[in-house]
Amino acid sequence: MSDSETQNNWTPDQPMVSIKDVHKSFGNLEVLKGVTFDVMKSEVICVIGPSGSGKSTLIRCINALNDIQSGSITVEGIEVNDPHLDKLELRKKVGMVFQQYNLFPHKTAIENVMMAPVTVLKQDKDEVEARARNLIKKVRLEGKENSYPGELSGGQQQRVAIARSLAMNPDVMLFDEVTAALDPETVKEVLVVIKDLADDGMTCILVTHEMGFAREVADHIYFTDRGVIVEHGPPATFFDEAKDPRTQEFLGQIL
Amino acid sequence: MELFADFFRNLYDTTGWNFVVFYDNDEWTRFIDAIWTTVKLIVACLIFSLVVGVIGAWAQGAKSKLVRYFMAGYIQFFRNTPPFVQILFFYFVLGNLVPTYDAGGYQESYISSFGWAVISLGFFAGSFNVEIFRSGIEAVPTATVEAAEALGYSRLQAYMFVVLPLAFRVCLPALNNNLVNLLKTTTLAYGIAVPEMMYTANQIWSDNVNVGEMMMVLFVFYIGLVSILVWGMSRWENAMRIPGYGK
Repeated sequence: MSDSETQNNWTPDQPMVSIKDVHKSFGNLEVLKGVTFDVMKSEVICVIGPSGSGKSTLIRCINALNDIQSGSITVEGIEVNDPHLDKLELRKKVGMVFQQYNLFPHKTAIENVMMAPVTVLKQDKDEVEARARNLIKKVRLEGKENSYPGELSGGQQQRVAIARSLAMNPDVMLFDEVTAALDPETVKEVLVVIKDLADDGMTCILVTHEMGFAREVADHIYFTDRGVIVEHGPPATFFDEAKDPRTQEFLGQIL
Repeated sequence: MELFADFFRNLYDTTGWNFVVFYDNDEWTRFIDAIWTTVKLIVACLIFSLVVGVIGAWAQGAKSKLVRYFMAGYIQFFRNTPPFVQILFFYFVLGNLVPTYDAGGYQESYISSFGWAVISLGFFAGSFNVEIFRSGIEAVPTATVEAAEALGYSRLQAYMFVVLPLAFRVCLPALNNNLVNLLKTTTLAYGIAVPEMMYTANQIWSDNVNVGEMMMVLFVFYIGLVSILVWGMSRWENAMRIPGYGK
């Protein structure tokens, strides 16, 4: 057993993801200036804010795609900002979906979904395939199993990406502006899938510009600007009673 | 077959064009052996250079500075010196350092001239392959690799299952060129007496005084070999084509 496992006293009643005073810089540019929040199991969190406010960076730090300079991020008790971090252990718990889908273009939809469990977790291929077929069904892409990403629309690719991430059975899903590259009509088909997930009790952290969707699915909304959380609250309060002038200005421009 | 031989015997009698390998059984056998040696040399060099290329491109991205400097040095050396000098250096200088064994009255090196040709030409073409693969690897979007990492892939797994398959597709045309060059460069093994086509042709024209004719035979056979390689590579390229990706 590694150190992180022996020290891990995490229980499900504690925050699944806990972010404490996180600072992150790229060179001299400080992108996150002390961000703190907790995410409980089955909670759906939306992070909104203007471009360049550090939203994407923040969720990329949660699964260690970016490292942080100071502060602490834990996922089910695993300290992400630990030089001896077992990345595989972390990434088994955290699924991530990207703005540009980032599917493996040389693999069919179902192969994309199957690849990680087979290569990384060394799971039995037949079992994984059965599960992958169910996931494809779940993201409403039946019949597209053998299509290559290049033959699918953006919305379809993004749903394959979601299925691919789910195949690893994560406990938390990170969505990094997953509808930003889609046209308004296809946005809906992706959001429906995310809504399904949220309804099933999946813990989700979304960075999004879809305010209507955030209002509908989020349990809690965080508004970030220039590296800090300016304001947060449950959707009803947040959207209707925003107090900070920056939040009001942002919402005024978008809504 | 007899007709074929008769035609060339007749051609020699009437015009003086001496394509001896096509009508003289002994010379034919000698030449066939040489073709066979050339084919083995090509296949061995191709495989060796590809292995060097894949490992080298991986090592270029290594964390250790020492490994990266070593790779840079290797590439500079092999790209900036003539392959003929390299092959002679490998055989005559490094070859002397290899222990020998008693092969019934005389000493034989553990690495034959054929072996040295494969090693030196493999490293030579390999140094180009490293750069070719690197260009392919750099064409794979970081985001795709990140997606693999986010799924728990280690660096090696991401390289094997995502980066390389995509990089291969990008660099196949350039790789194609280099492998065709390598095929033709195997003639340099002539310099260390590997009995391949060039070397044997030389022996045959020394015995029969038919330099021009043997040159023509060489051209025809090399065109044939290159055609086979190019055909194979383009079939490979087609097989690797991804629907909806690239062209």
